[in-house]
Amino acid sequence: MFKNPLGKKKYIEINVSREELMHDVAFPGKYTCSACSSSLSEGELLVNNWVCPRCSFHFALTAGERIMALCDEDSFEEFNAGLSSSNILGFPGYAEKLVRGEQETGFPEAVVTGVARINGHKIVLGVMESRFMMASMGVVVGEKICQAAERAIIEKCPLLMIAASGGARMQEGMVSLMQMTRTSAVIGELHRQGLLFISLLTNPTTGGVLASFASLADIIIAEPGALIGFAGPRVIQQTIKQQMPERFQRAEFLLEHGMLDMVVERARLKETLGSLLALHAGGK
Amino acid sequence: MIRRQFDFEQKYQDFMSKLDQLKDQAEGMDFDLQKEMVELESRMSGIRAAKYQNLSAWERVLLSRHIDRPGTVDYIDYLCESWIELHGDRLFADDQAIVGAIGMFEGRPLTIIGHRKGRSTRDNVRYNFGMPQPEGYRKVHRLLLQAEKFGRPVITFIDTPGAYPGIGAEERGQAWAISDLLMTLSSLRVPVIAIVIGEGGSGGALALAVGDRLLMLSNAVFSVASPEACASILWKTPDKAEEMAEVLKITAPDLLEQKIIDGIIEEPVGGANQDFETTAKLIKEALKRELDILMQQNIDDLINLRYARIRSLGKHFINETVG
Repeated sequence: MFKNPLGKKKYIEINVSREELMHDVAFPGKYTCSACSSSLSEGELLVNNWVCPRCSFHFALTAGERIMALCDEDSFEEFNAGLSSSNILGFPGYAEKLVRGEQETGFPEAVVTGVARINGHKIVLGVMESRFMMASMGVVVGEKICQAAERAIIEKCPLLMIAASGGARMQEGMVSLMQMTRTSAVIGELHRQGLLFISLLTNPTTGGVLASFASLADIIIAEPGALIGFAGPRVIQQTIKQQMPERFQRAEFLLEHGMLDMVVERARLKETLGSLLALHAGGK
Repeated sequence: MIRRQFDFEQKYQDFMSKLDQLKDQAEGMDFDLQKEMVELESRMSGIRAAKYQNLSAWERVLLSRHIDRPGTVDYIDYLCESWIELHGDRLFADDQAIVGAIGMFEGRPLTIIGHRKGRSTRDNVRYNFGMPQPEGYRKVHRLLLQAEKFGRPVITFIDTPGAYPGIGAEERGQAWAISDLLMTLSSLRVPVIAIVIGEGGSGGALALAVGDRLLMLSNAVFSVASPEACASILWKTPDKAEEMAEVLKITAPDLLEQKIIDGIIEEPVGGANQDFETTAKLIKEALKRELDILMQQNIDDLINLRYARIRSLGKHFINETVG
């Protein structure tokens, strides 16, 4: 979808009409909501932004779907599409995982970056693709995020990062941990330039990604119900051997504890981002 | 089973004490074994030196966690003619897992910050086994800005299994506290030298490991997550931690090769846990040497160099395929 040998602008294509999608409602049962177990059709979910119409559970979106849902039509132009990872430590099984990640997602790495427009406002956008090795951050993911921030500095426009990640990419050892430092340093430079940085945390955003660029934004938004935390719930459970509070590490819990600016449901996301961008028009 | 103890030293000491007994015995004999004894002794000391030259990654993990390994406070005591501990993050609490101080080093005031572990059960509980809560990192943040205000260079000592994974830590924003430090340290307008003295565990260690120089003691380790955790997550069993320690490349020589650290402070044979004085002296010399260089630099140049250094971390590993 993003292959672009000729260097032309690339857009995501949607080749199904709304009518066709609605038609699909007649054949329910393809998907099961993992929160309320409702049987749902693809069409029903597509017209509802992949949110369960019964219980508002937010299904995971692919990077392509995310871009389509948020950006003005045909406005997304990807850059750094060719950056790919290699098995830098010779870690057993890593090369195969990279191949599988690319086969499953169509992307050579776990973040897609580009220039786009939301309600006419130019932004640099980075979207993490959680199907690619849980969007763990290795050196290439780190590099693409750094370059996205640098592109925002060059273009003097806001940066929007849509985070989803299991954390650092352990298969790359310490080099992956160092991506926390790198991305944080570059975001520091973006702030010194007076540019707006918005971070959208989606399910799940944990570990090294949350403890670096994703939590360093001017405005932090989360999707309802998203798991957001430094340590994974299983690790905490093993350490403290106690029952977790209800909705622990969920977006609403973090909002209550003062860690987020807002929790915004998917249907209102574009409108909310558009308003924020309008309030910071001119990149400032 | 994975080895939980670094047992070479014990075996060596046992052998040497038997050798001493033999020597005593040999003295009463009417034949001379002096030459053989000396030979055996020197052979053993050669074997020991060679052993410490060729420790496996897991043996270094065990040494880095050794109960007798000197910690941040030991080094501050050695380095500073005088020092004063400062407490609290001014927001919530004073986290004892991190010690923050101002000390006089070679006639120069420094801000010194490091993880603190205990040697007794009581102290381990008090210092939470060196695992900081968000308020620990926020104390560091406060002390960094203070150092910047007074133009004091900052030294950090890294020695932690990781940031504490607990309910309160999550409620109070562990991730936010850590990322704040990474960003602040990357542009702090005073020289910063970080030294990994023991266990460098994950993001909780990284939060103090950003600066103009990142040095490591030769038996310290620095890992994306503990070998046990990585083995549990990736290989579904913590029993393969020894093997994982090897493939993760977490030792000082590995990290120097990956250009993640800038230098290694070579511990004496037997490790820092057996020879604190020599180790501390080597740290002192390294600090003096690096501080002399950094203090001469113009602060804007220093910040630019630090930024460039951080920006390039791991960059030599990136391929670009034309697609």
